[in-house]
Amino acid sequence: MATTRGGSGPDPGSRGLLLLLSFSVILAGLCRGNSVERKIYIPLNRTAPCVRLLNATHQIGCQSSISGDTGVLHVVEREEDLQWVLTDGPNPPYMVLLEGKLFNRAVMEKLKGRTSRIAGLAVTLAKPNSTSSFSPSVQCPNDGFGIYSNSYGSEFAHCKQTLWNELGNGLAYEDFSFPIFLLEDENETKVIKQCYQDHNLAQNGSAPRFPLCAMQLFSHMHAVISTATCMRRSFIQSTFSINPEIVCDPLSDYNVWSMLKPINTSGALEPDDRVVVAATRLDSRSFFWNVAPGAESAVASYVTQLAAAEALHKASDVATLPRNVMFVFFQGETFDYIGSSRMVYDMENGKFPVRLENIDSFVELGQVALRTSLDLWMHTDPMSQKNESVKNQVEDLLVTLEKSGAGVPEVVLRRQNQSQALPPSSLQRFLRARNISGVVLADHSGSFHNRYYQSIYDTAENINVTYPERQSPEEDLNFVTDTAKALANVATVLARALYELAGGTNFSDSIQADPQTVTRLLYGFLVRANNSWFQSILRQDLRSYLDDGPLQHYIAVTSPTNTTYVVQYALANLTGKVTNLTREQCQDPSKVPNESKALYDYSWVQGPLNSNKTERLPRCVRSTVRLARALSPAFELSQWGSTEYSTWAESRWKDIQARIFLVASKELEFITLTVGFGILIFSLIVTYCINAKADVLFVAPREPGAVSY
Amino acid sequence: MTAAVFFGCAFIAFGPALALYVFTIATDPLRVTFLIAGAFFWLVSLLLPSVFRYLVRIIAENRDGPIQKYLLIFRVLLSVCIQELFRLAYYRLRASEGLKSINPEETAPSMRLLAYVSGLGFGIMSGVFSFVNTLSDSLGPGTVGIHGDSPQFFLNSAFMTLVIILLHVFWGIVFFDGCEKKKWYILLMVLLTHLLVSTQVSVVTVLSVLAELKCRGLSGRFQPNEGHIHGK
Repeated sequence: MATTRGGSGPDPGSRGLLLLLSFSVILAGLCRGNSVERKIYIPLNRTAPCVRLLNATHQIGCQSSISGDTGVLHVVEREEDLQWVLTDGPNPPYMVLLEGKLFNRAVMEKLKGRTSRIAGLAVTLAKPNSTSSFSPSVQCPNDGFGIYSNSYGSEFAHCKQTLWNELGNGLAYEDFSFPIFLLEDENETKVIKQCYQDHNLAQNGSAPRFPLCAMQLFSHMHAVISTATCMRRSFIQSTFSINPEIVCDPLSDYNVWSMLKPINTSGALEPDDRVVVAATRLDSRSFFWNVAPGAESAVASYVTQLAAAEALHKASDVATLPRNVMFVFFQGETFDYIGSSRMVYDMENGKFPVRLENIDSFVELGQVALRTSLDLWMHTDPMSQKNESVKNQVEDLLVTLEKSGAGVPEVVLRRQNQSQALPPSSLQRFLRARNISGVVLADHSGSFHNRYYQSIYDTAENINVTYPERQSPEEDLNFVTDTAKALANVATVLARALYELAGGTNFSDSIQADPQTVTRLLYGFLVRANNSWFQSILRQDLRSYLDDGPLQHYIAVTSPTNTTYVVQYALANLTGKVTNLTREQCQDPSKVPNESKALYDYSWVQGPLNSNKTERLPRCVRSTVRLARALSPAFELSQWGSTEYSTWAESRWKDIQARIFLVASKELEFITLTVGFGILIFSLIVTYCINAKADVLFVAPREPGAVSY
Repeated sequence: MTAAVFFGCAFIAFGPALALYVFTIATDPLRVTFLIAGAFFWLVSLLLPSVFRYLVRIIAENRDGPIQKYLLIFRVLLSVCIQELFRLAYYRLRASEGLKSINPEETAPSMRLLAYVSGLGFGIMSGVFSFVNTLSDSLGPGTVGIHGDSPQFFLNSAFMTLVIILLHVFWGIVFFDGCEKKKWYILLMVLLTHLLVSTQVSVVTVLSVLAELKCRGLSGRFQPNEGHIHGK
């Protein structure tokens, strides 16, 4: 065996040399890898994927293969262009770039059936106009998880009487076996279309020549079949594996709730303490992951309730009202009432300070922003009113509402002519547990007025929140839109009604919601979250949660989400009081007399900028706002196949990205491989021959003792 | 561009080197040792230009255009000169020590053999360094061309690498011969031809390397390329 002395230098220094070598390897990077990759791929950064969601029995959403799906790009701007993809094109599979306006049920049915020819779909954002509509949600939202079922209220079950979301096409609840991405950026769409025009257009009906422009979408989802399956697999992994591989997470977040008069949260209310509940929902969804502007389906309602809470807290005799008022913002209502079912479950099991027996009446705000006239409809449940006492209570409730509404001429409260089912609302979950008197206020009498219910187009424009051009963001923040005024009127009606329901008598007419508050809330949630007011009401470590665009209202699996935090702190700011506690006292008020952590919640918020605009003036805000866990009881009880509670879960994934590049033809690849083999074989043969005849070909040098090859 | 292109280009670039190794080097462990020594010397010769490049990047971070281009050309010259210097150093090392024999019983290898083996070592390591990252990118589904570059990029790079490996072998033999016979103009010829080839390559790729200079972060040659683990 030859010694290695001559090989890699002297031994004592070899370790040093090895270190030097590795250092040089690292430094020697000429970034060639990155630059070749940049020559090949153009990554698409502003995209939103469609992910897989699962419930007790089904999976919905989209899936790609584990190493991404690649397909030759084809731009479909009219329905006729689909023929190339489905039958004519010679180079399947194709990656379809679909115009937003063609993203409807008919086209998707065609694409769904031909998965061998479709590698994936990229959808561009359309410009919604006044007559179009798009709602990927089902026509009967949350069916089977409300009060109406085949055994109770069967004439109202499954939306037999009123189809609430008439324009719904149910796409978001279908299962697709190819990835679907949303292209949010106009510029990226232009780049893609340019690549298509340069390389993929066929000349004069002949097939387009290679290299062709292609796109690759990665969105491999780990969970399959249903929540029951994926939770069971995750459970087995976490029990038996050292490195558990969890495949799905339940959708969960927090409900935001607060009381008008503080209560001791460590105990429970006496049964004689009556509470009027004002409820609304916080969340929405769309076909794509984490894109849920939810303007009409959620934002307008909870902004109205925030303004009503502010107005009510300003009434002077709040502390002496006979009944308390609870403002609650439910999270997860879109997915079979996650928040409200959990709250009812906690109330039944004594885990929440307020119990079901304490609830006197229930007023819920449904979708309220698109009132075409002055009408605000009051929906009640016909099944519970079969009981006389409940019927009388509901009648009193409606009368009180109408009385409160009389003082606000811009809002006319209307009753339903005939017995009609309740629209999908959190009240339904409470009625499942106990017959309480409740009403849902909405801008629609029959089906929704919202043409973009739970879709990506349910944005500020959908509720006519528009701002004049060329204004600074600060001016926009304080500009009172007509929508803000209309919602403030609804908030005034709600606040006055809650005051009366809580037993107040004197100051009803002085309660007025502030349109300025409403417009600032609308601006922050729908247009630009990173504004001066939102920055001043949040804690310092939550500053980065505000981006320059609108907030998204998808419940997600990490909690609390940005929106939940902002709503919590907005409610604290609007209904709480600024105290002059120091930071340490704010974090631990047990030492301070007259302050109690059981009654109140104390938070140290950033505060406004000082007059020099250099520093913030932080302060301690005391309020009764708290978060309550909104995780479906099905996961608490490990009943993953439950039909009683929501079982929605979101799959986990490793990598989601999209990129475009050129692909070469299979022939060229094969030629490269054959050339390579040819050169290898040729050089092997030549070298062998030369080596064998080396003593003939190469004359040995004349030095003595030298060895020839 | 998938596995077919990967293997095709790999065989084109390293096929002859593999053939030479299998039939002429692998039979004798001493030759393997000298080969690895040659490869190591080439690696170390790359260290100095890399340090220089790192310093230059820190100093002249944001200045674009002609300055970067001149710096690049200077770097190439420096790199070539240092490689030839290390070839000389290898010769000196072998001339003084190696031939004094590691195994007195065996006959010492001739200088020409040494020249050939060292040239092949230099060539293989240089080829690997210049081509392996491109090869790894060829495994993904895409081919070069979306920004207007030639779609034959991989084939061109593979042939270029093949040529460079063989050239290093020839330069090694010629260089050592020049050192033996004390004909210094031969060393100069080797240096000049090496420079010529390197600048040819540089001129052809100067635009892409300009883009590369904007690349932040020093990624090592052999750092795992996460993007392609996903892309496979």
